[in-house]
Amino acid sequence: MPKLDLMPVLPEIVLLCSACAILIVDLFLPPSRRAASYWLTQAALLVTAWIVLTTAHATAVRSFSGMVVDDMVADLLKLFALVAVSAGLFYGRRYLETRGLFRGETFVLMLFAALGMMVLIKANHFLTLYLGLELMSLSLYALVALHRTEAAPSEAAMKYFVLGAMASGLFLYGVSMIYGATGVLDIDQVMRATLADGANRTLLVFGLVFVLSGIAFKLGVVPYHMWVPDVYQGAPTPVTLLIGTAPKLAAFALALRALAVALAGVEYDWQGMLIVLALLSMILGNVIAIAQTSVKRMLAYSTIANMGFMLVGFLAADLNGYSAAMFYAITYVLTSLAAFGVVLLLTREGFEADSLDDFRGLNQRSPWWAFIMLLVMFSLAGIPPTVGFYAKFAVIEAAVSAQLVWLAVAAVLASVVGAFYYLRIVKLMYFDDPVDRAPIESRGDARAILSVNGLALLALGVLPQPLMGLCVLALQQSHFH
Amino acid sequence: MPPYLSLSIWVPIVAGVAVLFAGRDKDAAAARWVALAGALAGFVVTLPLFLHFDTTTSAMQFAERREWIPRFDVWYHLGVDGISVLFVVLNAFTTVLVVWSAWEVIRDRVAQYMAAFLVMSGLINGAFAALDAVLFYVFFEAMLIPMYLIIGVWGGPNRVYAAVKFFLYTLLGSLLLLVAFVYLYTASETFSFLDWYRLPLALETQILLFVAFFLAFAVKVPMWPVHTWLPDAHVEAPTGGSVVLAAITLKIGAYGFIRFVLPILPDASRYLSTFVVALSLIAVVYIGFVALVQTDMKKLIAYSSISHMGFVTLGFFLFNQMGAVGGLVQMLSHGFVSAAMFLCVGVMYDRVHSRQIADYGGVANTMPRFAAFMMLFAMANAGLPATSGFVGEFMVILGAVEANFWLAFLAATTLILGAAYTLWMYKRVIFGAVANPAVAGLSDLNPREFWLLATVAAAVLLMGLWPKPFVDVMNVSVADLLAHVARSKL
Repeated sequence: MPKLDLMPVLPEIVLLCSACAILIVDLFLPPSRRAASYWLTQAALLVTAWIVLTTAHATAVRSFSGMVVDDMVADLLKLFALVAVSAGLFYGRRYLETRGLFRGETFVLMLFAALGMMVLIKANHFLTLYLGLELMSLSLYALVALHRTEAAPSEAAMKYFVLGAMASGLFLYGVSMIYGATGVLDIDQVMRATLADGANRTLLVFGLVFVLSGIAFKLGVVPYHMWVPDVYQGAPTPVTLLIGTAPKLAAFALALRALAVALAGVEYDWQGMLIVLALLSMILGNVIAIAQTSVKRMLAYSTIANMGFMLVGFLAADLNGYSAAMFYAITYVLTSLAAFGVVLLLTREGFEADSLDDFRGLNQRSPWWAFIMLLVMFSLAGIPPTVGFYAKFAVIEAAVSAQLVWLAVAAVLASVVGAFYYLRIVKLMYFDDPVDRAPIESRGDARAILSVNGLALLALGVLPQPLMGLCVLALQQSHFH
Repeated sequence: MPPYLSLSIWVPIVAGVAVLFAGRDKDAAAARWVALAGALAGFVVTLPLFLHFDTTTSAMQFAERREWIPRFDVWYHLGVDGISVLFVVLNAFTTVLVVWSAWEVIRDRVAQYMAAFLVMSGLINGAFAALDAVLFYVFFEAMLIPMYLIIGVWGGPNRVYAAVKFFLYTLLGSLLLLVAFVYLYTASETFSFLDWYRLPLALETQILLFVAFFLAFAVKVPMWPVHTWLPDAHVEAPTGGSVVLAAITLKIGAYGFIRFVLPILPDASRYLSTFVVALSLIAVVYIGFVALVQTDMKKLIAYSSISHMGFVTLGFFLFNQMGAVGGLVQMLSHGFVSAAMFLCVGVMYDRVHSRQIADYGGVANTMPRFAAFMMLFAMANAGLPATSGFVGEFMVILGAVEANFWLAFLAATTLILGAAYTLWMYKRVIFGAVANPAVAGLSDLNPREFWLLATVAAAVLLMGLWPKPFVDVMNVSVADLLAHVARSKL
């Protein structure tokens, strides 16, 4: 029995302990002092992020008998996930306050969701993957239902829960088949078994189909996308923000560990399946998004399309492709974070800012936030000099070098369709006159962070190399030497 | 040596940002002066490019090369040769005109208007100076953003339709260009497109790549039949937007043909040259007739632009020195003349708020000085000798005679058609009795407008009377390029 090394899971331990502590502390705080637990939550997230940053190192360390792995991929994804959760909480504070959701359980559930993501991201074993997935998902189901008394959130939560539980079940069923075919659940060992040709291929491919379904559900790609628009629209906006950002990084890690590493032996099988998923998502997501009048629904379909685009890079199935997909996922999270940040900025008591019309004439109300939203929209559309361009560029490069030129062409054609609805938001903000002239009220910290977030899209667009290089480096260090 | 090319890109962009911070909507004067200073500074830094240009070499000059995205071997690589250098200067010059022309005309969100044009100017210079395909593409596509806003915010009644159509049309073409670039990268391991000149490619591959390149650049030029966005965009755009569109952004499409399509895909270009020449002739002749029946002045000039740009693509695909240099001269000349024509329409529109030919008549009676200027520009648009319009057209026709007499014959019809639609419009608008009270109440050019048009008039006459300095700059680069194109890559 090797000595148990707790250092690789230090960030998770810290986050878990702080979540429990906040849960208890919050019980003894009067409602007027709720801000204390809010700041404790922020502190927990940022301290954890700081630990992740300072304990990051180049070599992968396995712990808990190989159940978890602390590698650069995990560090990078965790860092962005934690920053996204923290920034989302900053953006959403006013919204939560004005709607009676500024409560201890909100914070604790968010922390547990973040913990689930971290476990999922660093899992090196199918059971750890499942554990992280469930911890994250259950916290998110509960968060969607925070508005207990209202119909839409309850409906969204129910839908999310039922479909999510089914997806988890499918995933677990697939894992059991993989276990049946290989006799192991450790990611590295499964990889060796699938590459060694000894495993029962039929069983393995069956297992793959179910595992892939689970992953596709978490990514929200067609045809496992039904929950996305309803949940995005029904959930309170800060929760939508949470669902739309950091979990995408966790889902990317899930796909990376389960497909790219563990099931490398059946690469051709999942490649073919992903082509279908990616194509359908890009086409359906972009086309249906055009018909939306709700911003949150539009962003939901935009997520579907974007995740499809990311899969195009992923299914190239080489270092080039995975790093393109990883870069895509990270930059998408940053962009999506800013998009919901602006939506939250426009909300106020009794006003959700959920209609496209609420963006009318934003340039006249506030040129600065119109400009930030302009950057967000052009980044989602993939127009340089925003970072969204390089994400799409890297993915296209991966597809072309994997001899999938036709898929690259299909992807760019779909993104022309997509450009239309992003342009519409810009049109509403810049070309139209405002209908709502209420001053934009928000907290100073949210404004500052949102500005940095928006400008980061431009800064990373002018200098994309550091982040791109980091993605390549991390993947090289972890799995793809 | 200072990095003149970087300066020509970044001075206007930084000035644009400064304008946004300097001028609030309440304090438009500050925005105007900062913008003018920025545009002038942007023009001044491009002058050394022309003055210190070595006309004896086809090598890239004023080159700058820094690592940018090593992940994909992308470099911040700038340089100009005889083909591109004049467009950088032309663009910086046009930016000064645009800022100046908007002086008291634009009253709404002045700072944003000026900033959009300055940023646009920097991006366009970047597209002309870039020697790395990704860098080129970034500038090429980024300029859609300011143009979209210019048309949409300050445009006419149907501006939203025009802006969206402009954006999506161009985006569709350019995304396929991106895929083609990426394909060439995977084949060559580099994004430096000068290296692609020497990359062997099979004919089938060349043809597929040609289709992608062609779509991107033909939409931008625009060539018949993908030209339909241009009349809409021109009609709805504010005067400055029309000027920049016609004078500069169309040139980027033509520049793409001579910089990318011909040297990278020489065999496909020769193989498909009949096709391109046919489309160019359709643009020259058919669009010329279309221009004849227009009732909207801006639309007429827009169609005339398409027709003139047909000359440029015709010249390039003749594969001889006369044709190619003629095409480039035509691009420069059209930059001045179309800008001048749109400025003239702008002058009238600011007073009467109509672009319809029928709403005018007898303007010469109330605006004699304006009528004189417009006469010169109309003649230049028709290709009258001694104006810049003549030089390019004549060279392309000479080039066409070298290739095939009937080709030249068809191309030469433009001299008649161009004269017909331009002068007929001029006659209906300017001559005759005063048509209505609005025309009777017109006031002649104010000093700003006078000097603005006088500047352009000087440029038009200078290029028409003494084209040698411009042609000298181009000659060596074009000759080397054509020699390269003559060699097969198969």
